[in-house]
Amino acid sequence: MVTEFTPFASFGGGLAIGLGAVLLMLGLGRILGATGILSGLLFVEDREEFGWRAALVTGMVLAPGLVFLVTGTLPEVNVPVSPAMIAIGGVIVGFGASLGSGCTSGHGVCGLSRLSARSLVAVPVFMTTAALTVFIIRHVIGA
Amino acid sequence: MKHIYALLTGLVFGTGIAVSGMMDPAKVLNFFDVAGSWDPSLAFVMGGALVVTFIGYRLVWRRNAPLFATEFQAPNASVIDRNLIGGAALFGIGWGTAGFCPGAAIPALGTGRWEVVLFLVAVGVGSGLRRGLGALAKRQVIL
Repeated sequence: MVTEFTPFASFGGGLAIGLGAVLLMLGLGRILGATGILSGLLFVEDREEFGWRAALVTGMVLAPGLVFLVTGTLPEVNVPVSPAMIAIGGVIVGFGASLGSGCTSGHGVCGLSRLSARSLVAVPVFMTTAALTVFIIRHVIGA
Repeated sequence: MKHIYALLTGLVFGTGIAVSGMMDPAKVLNFFDVAGSWDPSLAFVMGGALVVTFIGYRLVWRRNAPLFATEFQAPNASVIDRNLIGGAALFGIGWGTAGFCPGAAIPALGTGRWEVVLFLVAVGVGSGLRRGLGALAKRQVIL
């Protein structure tokens, strides 16, 4: 399905994403990596860490509600893939992010801006495999 | 106070994700579909986020300590190993399959869509799988 090109909303949203990451560094001195924060909640290793992570995630989950209050519409979530693909993709995402110590937020936003050598390698790798995967699924297999 | 701060930080980040289009898998997959229904919007998300974090982090690091913690903690590993590259490659494959990444899916929970729940449960399974295998490998080395 075709989606509308939204450079201004996307850039503005990006600014807020960056601001969130900077605020977390300012307040708690931590990188905003979604996978790390999520697994810190699922596999509790440190109770001290659990509290702020739970609060951060709560704030994130409240965001679509805030958007709804202000604009009157929920953010769009159009899922063009099957439930099986969501489940399989999710397992691979969880395994890969855990193995590679990061995802779009941790390596992509926080790592690149810190000029982390690991992130400078990880981001081009996952961007490339994501594009190849979409190409194969859509244009080779034709799903 | 620390937890209220973390909640508001999550709200800023999540609103950015919602406004940017990152929580819309149709848009994410189209970003990668250069050969098909390409939508370059997400490059603007990354651009906006990086501008803010690149400058913001450096301003924050002029302080001696964060507001609610004793020190800044950033991963200082610089080893480019098989885990990093393999993990990033897998992450991209999963992202390109499902269209969600964890940082987008957590705020997307607030829209109440079941697909988001399915994705995050799958991420937890994949992450747990990797943790289990990692622990197993370590035990074998010790034995």
